[in-house]
Amino acid sequence: MIEGVVLQFGQMFLVLALAPLLTGFVRKVKARLQQRQGPPVIQPYRDLLKLLRKEVVLADNASWLFRVAPYLIFSATWTAAALVPTFATGLPFSTSADLLAIVALLGSARFFIALVGLDIGTSFGGIGSSREVMIASLAEPALIIVAFTLALIAGSTQLSVIAAFMISGEAGLRVSLGLALAALIIVAIAENARIPVDNPATHLELTMVHEAMVLEYSGRHLAVIEFAGSLKLLLYVSLIAAVFLPWGLATPGASPGHYMIGVVTYLAKVTLAGVMLALFETTIAKMRVFRVPEFLGISLMLALLGALLMFVTRSL
Amino acid sequence: MSAPTSADPTLSIVLCGIAVLLAIGVVGIFTARTRRGPALVYGVSLIVSVVLTATALRFLLDGVDAQVQATVLPIGLPWIGAHFDLDLLTAMFLLVANLGGASASLYGLGYGAHESDPTRVVPAFPVFLAAMNLVVIAGDAFSFLISWEFMSLSSWALVMAHHEELDNRRAGYIYLVMASFGTLALLLAFGLFAGPDGSYAFVDMRLLDHDHVRTGIIFGLVLVGCGSKAGLVPLHAWLPLAHPAAPSHVSALMSGVMTKIAVYGFIRIVFDLLGPPQIWWSVVVLSIGGITAVLGVLHAMLEDDLKRLLAYSTVENIGIIFIGLGLALAFESGGIPWAAALAFVAALFHVLNHSLFKSLLFYGAGAVHAATQQRNMEHLGGLIHRMPITAFAFLIGAMAIAALPPLNGFVSEWLTFQAILVSPQLSAWGLKFLIPAVGAMLALSAALAAACFVKAFGLAFLGRPRSSAAQVAQEAHGASRGAMLLLVVLCIAAGIAPGYVIDAISPVTDALVGGHMPVQADQSWLTIVPIDATRSSYNGFYVFLFTALSASLGAYAIHRLASREVRRAPPWDCGYPDSSPALQYSASSFAQPIRRVFGTLLFQAREFVVMRAPGDVGAAHFRVVVRDLIWEALYQPIERYVGFVAERANRMQFWTIRQYLGLVFVALVSLLSLLAFWQ
Repeated sequence: MIEGVVLQFGQMFLVLALAPLLTGFVRKVKARLQQRQGPPVIQPYRDLLKLLRKEVVLADNASWLFRVAPYLIFSATWTAAALVPTFATGLPFSTSADLLAIVALLGSARFFIALVGLDIGTSFGGIGSSREVMIASLAEPALIIVAFTLALIAGSTQLSVIAAFMISGEAGLRVSLGLALAALIIVAIAENARIPVDNPATHLELTMVHEAMVLEYSGRHLAVIEFAGSLKLLLYVSLIAAVFLPWGLATPGASPGHYMIGVVTYLAKVTLAGVMLALFETTIAKMRVFRVPEFLGISLMLALLGALLMFVTRSL
Repeated sequence: MSAPTSADPTLSIVLCGIAVLLAIGVVGIFTARTRRGPALVYGVSLIVSVVLTATALRFLLDGVDAQVQATVLPIGLPWIGAHFDLDLLTAMFLLVANLGGASASLYGLGYGAHESDPTRVVPAFPVFLAAMNLVVIAGDAFSFLISWEFMSLSSWALVMAHHEELDNRRAGYIYLVMASFGTLALLLAFGLFAGPDGSYAFVDMRLLDHDHVRTGIIFGLVLVGCGSKAGLVPLHAWLPLAHPAAPSHVSALMSGVMTKIAVYGFIRIVFDLLGPPQIWWSVVVLSIGGITAVLGVLHAMLEDDLKRLLAYSTVENIGIIFIGLGLALAFESGGIPWAAALAFVAALFHVLNHSLFKSLLFYGAGAVHAATQQRNMEHLGGLIHRMPITAFAFLIGAMAIAALPPLNGFVSEWLTFQAILVSPQLSAWGLKFLIPAVGAMLALSAALAAACFVKAFGLAFLGRPRSSAAQVAQEAHGASRGAMLLLVVLCIAAGIAPGYVIDAISPVTDALVGGHMPVQADQSWLTIVPIDATRSSYNGFYVFLFTALSASLGAYAIHRLASREVRRAPPWDCGYPDSSPALQYSASSFAQPIRRVFGTLLFQAREFVVMRAPGDVGAAHFRVVVRDLIWEALYQPIERYVGFVAERANRMQFWTIRQYLGLVFVALVSLLSLLAFWQ
């Protein structure tokens, strides 16, 4: 039990420590792909520290919600990220929230970030919020339906149980799994404000979504929100890795060596995901805002198709 | 009068409470205009509601040991009397009704001061409460229908409280028509049910055995009758008109409680009286539930009027409840009683949750209306500064209704999802396709509900004030704030300790669907496990604890170790700050992306931009047209047809006495000949 709790806290702080690194890594790979030197991989940590030390410049009419929301966004995202299996399954707190609850926790974070976009009463904030909820209104159902598919394959909505089932190899190759993976990747791109849905590197562009909502933030508030953004990216990577690339995950009661293997393979998976993301983002152009619903509609349809297959036959 | 069948006085207490409410309603007629009159009426209603809440809760907590109580009063039809029954289902809905009644009375203590014409509200309020209680304890068809009509009429009187406004008169008219239509359907249903022998008491009706066709017709009529009161699409048309027209604490009761009484009627007749369900019932209920949920929330998203937004969101939540009930029907007819119990508990949990957070949100909207005289969000904004308590309460309500953990709305939707995930075990092929589609609709409506309440809270409470009234708004009265905070506490409590709620509701399912959920109190640390631990579990307490702790510890650490300085400055807005609050995002511009994505097809939403020619200094115009296709395709033709027939029939008014006598003669002869052929 104590060992489990230690591992659980280990996972919580592992994702916390790793999240900015992944962001920095993706930026670095992207820069290299574009024939640029790029900032060092640890630049996000430096940025966070710099922002944390700076004073907060708060708009005159900012409310208490504006000041509280960054911490709520961060804690909801962190809670969700800490519950996705990274290097081991069956950690003690994994039973306290299943995949549906993790989706909903991310929904809580998004609810607050969309609200603070409206708090100052600027048109940029409003444009960001209204587009964010439009994207979410398609991405979240797709994610829930992907969760349906996975739950029906593994017979459980617990991520830990799903991951354990996937390691066991009983799932095999299934059409519905493929559809779910495609849908999940599209959702992950949209939810993390990556190209082609949104551009994390833009500023002052009418097509921006995420950046528009947090435009009024500065100092420690901005640091916390950026951190939450990195955590969310890592969360989706861990989620895809735990379900679709479950190899190396340590099961409960494994030896310390197994846990080490788990950590190493996890790092390898995250690296792979980072490279893939950078490659994808470099090769594709950003799309117009009203093409995004079509893009996400594809994801929703793929997810629904996968779930339907699972409802109709248990073998596909 | 026969005494209650057991020594337990619960039913007697409920009947006494109803009598007191009716009496105080009469007193209210005379005292409404006095200075302390409204306070007296609301105070007595509050006390009675609290007593009845406690009584119902105590009965419900007895669980499976609770004895069904029944009594017959010598009122109503002489040879039938009025039966009143009390079982666990009744107790569950008594709890919902009186909890809502208690908070509404408390809120009314403060809000009533703003009432321009108290004689139109104060007497009808306790009567409305009494009528809702009467529907729930009614034990025969006659008293059920009388109470049902009584509930409709007393709420109609409250809808018409501000009859000076044309919109309210129209809302009242449509409400009255729809309510009569619903009662007619129920009347026919009971008539078919009891048959020519006329055994109208529920105890007798339960024993009746009908063929498939007749139960099918009865089911359809009940779905129409109760569905029109609950607000199922396409019978929802009156709801978004009538609920917002009433004073806000009455809107809260109508949306939060009265729609649940309609759900009670559906459950009582379909699950309890009608015997084993047929599989197509579940298909109908699931399809209508799913469509209701999605259309309701889309309408809400496009609405600019805060109270009407809340009313449309009620339509959505009724859809979610009926999805749960449809799943329960499917599992019951498919022979999986434990899954039926899960779906049924999910529906009942959502009944309770919705009564809590929808009341809370209507109180918030009422406080905003009282402070600004505005319901249109285009004229609100920035109220979080002027009304901090109301804003906080509304925020919690918005989070709860958007199904965000760790609040209560999430738990009931999560349970519904868990029930959906059991459905591949059903053998019927139609359901295998329908249920995932309904699951997708539920997921879609949950996501859209979050968007909708970002809009509701963000536009009304955040940003800069869009009108001078919003600039000088005052915080709500103490009693009203108390009512809101009470509901906030209940929403949070039901979210972090849902196991207790499930255990309290669960005994209801034994009698109705023949199954039972696992006892949640056996789980460690407030975890809930709907089926078994390897399938799924959720712990709202841990989620709450962890998010609260990490947020506060993170904030503390950053303030201690890094920086705690704050400088106030004008907004940055990318260097182009706009000085006028009118340049903020408005309600319709916020809804624009979702309107384009979903509304272009479903509501035929079109945008028209009229630009002036170069050199012309006139204003450009932007117009949005959103059509309610259900209204146009269903209600308008009926309205036209009825108008046409009424016009023709109107000529009969000018007939002579001979023509009238001739008409009576012809009618008599044709009826008699009909009877002759019938025999």
